[in-house]
Amino acid sequence: MDRDVKISARNVNFYYGKTQALKDISIDIFQKKVTALIGPSGCGKSTFIRLLNRMNDLIPGARVEGRILMDGADINHPKTDVVSLRRKVGMVFQNPNPFPKSIFDNLAYGLRIGGVRDRGFIERKVVDSLKKAALYEDVKDRLHDSALMLSGGQQQRLCIARCLVVEPEVILFDEPAASLDPISTRKIEELVLELKEEYTIVIVTHNMQQAARVSDYTAFMYLGRLIEYGDTERIFTVPREKMTEEYLSGRFG
Amino acid sequence: MIHRSDISQAIGFLLLGACIAFALFFLGTILYFILVRGAPAISWEFLTSEPRRAMTQGGVAPAIVGTFYLTVGAVFFSLPLGLACAIYLCEYSPKTVLVNIIRLSINNLAGVPSIVFGLFGFAVFVKAFGFGVSILSGSLTLGIMALPGIISASQEAILAVPQSHKEASLALGATHWQTIAKVILPSAFPGILTGVILNIGRVAGETAPILFTAATFYTRGYPDSVFSEVMALPYHIYALMTEGTRPEIQTQIAYGCSLILLGLVLAISALAIVLRERQRRIHGS
Repeated sequence: MDRDVKISARNVNFYYGKTQALKDISIDIFQKKVTALIGPSGCGKSTFIRLLNRMNDLIPGARVEGRILMDGADINHPKTDVVSLRRKVGMVFQNPNPFPKSIFDNLAYGLRIGGVRDRGFIERKVVDSLKKAALYEDVKDRLHDSALMLSGGQQQRLCIARCLVVEPEVILFDEPAASLDPISTRKIEELVLELKEEYTIVIVTHNMQQAARVSDYTAFMYLGRLIEYGDTERIFTVPREKMTEEYLSGRFG
Repeated sequence: MIHRSDISQAIGFLLLGACIAFALFFLGTILYFILVRGAPAISWEFLTSEPRRAMTQGGVAPAIVGTFYLTVGAVFFSLPLGLACAIYLCEYSPKTVLVNIIRLSINNLAGVPSIVFGLFGFAVFVKAFGFGVSILSGSLTLGIMALPGIISASQEAILAVPQSHKEASLALGATHWQTIAKVILPSAFPGILTGVILNIGRVAGETAPILFTAATFYTRGYPDSVFSEVMALPYHIYALMTEGTRPEIQTQIAYGCSLILLGLVLAISALAIVLRERQRRIHGS
């Protein structure tokens, strides 16, 4: 059971108004593995992961075709409850976006909106999640201070912890280290590698070395198309497509 | 060596400084004038007792109380309504021509002369709804007058909340309403509060809207229900300056009232600043 498919996209097209941003994407994302999406700016990688938790619903005039199945169920089906989908598919954004609340309240938020009232339970989950995100030692004495007092890297780990609190099955990372310094970036990468023991992870990144370091599978996208997809090691050593090879060797992008 | 750019910069700063000095001069003069003329009238009796002998003696306490009731009433009506409108316009309204017309209308409402609001309040609240000349009619009229400003300020505050906070909330499985109630409104609250208080401060000093709807020259004692007519500071000043038999004494009292009114409006603004700063500290931004 090494390669259970968690999410399966079939012939997905996506349009912003009349502009087609994704063209005929079909891809299987495997359970408890890290899948990296790479490609130059504007290739559609962020657009694609935002389909997986239906964040693109927020964009007026956006339209999706094709099917995206998670555990066999169509996430775009009219009867799919988008709230419960988003609780199963967490997301960490490019720029750390903690709420202007205390560290504790940032984490408790996901539980409280889900109707959890048990204070003891909330406290346990908050501490657990901070530990999982390797942030607990940094903040254990100031849980009730504003989250905005933390450094950029700490804020991003806080956002990861906030996402873990609601026990997602999949975590989407949208260029999580793009705005961070090298040391913070390294910590985020280590965290991704630890988290894949429990979660299915999809990470969008600009940084090819990062994709090579953290992922099991890599998908290369270009101009809205999925050019090549496979084992990370294989993609980086013997790419089958000429375009992939050119991108990886830095000839464009 | 002196460059031409240094000279032009020096002239620029001088001109800007002169403009600021000019503006401050008028503000200072007004404050000084009101203070010097008004201060002699102010006493403990002036603030706490009722007028006697056809306004020429005693105090203006009922007018202070009346203005307080009218202002509180105006907040009571305009805050929930204005906030609800702003939330709808920012978060729920579809981007249609109709909604654009609504936005435009709200902006235009801010430009309607206050006497027109007064006439509207008289026709609708006093007559059609049968509330009579009363605190209720006056509060509603002032509330409506404050509404466009409150809606605009609330909209600005709501739109200033970063989209990334909204996305973070939705991505955690919050509903749109939960996101509004728990993320957007708390962040926007200082801005909304400032907008509400400043606009209320503005209408608290208005005379025309309460002229036909709430105010009266003289009441015996204090209002006992929302259907009572009241004395109010702005109208009291107007009455003192236009009616009565002892202009020289009445003018002094009018300056005293002006000073109180000015102090009240400044106190309201100061309150807005204090509350906003406190909120900012809590939210750490």
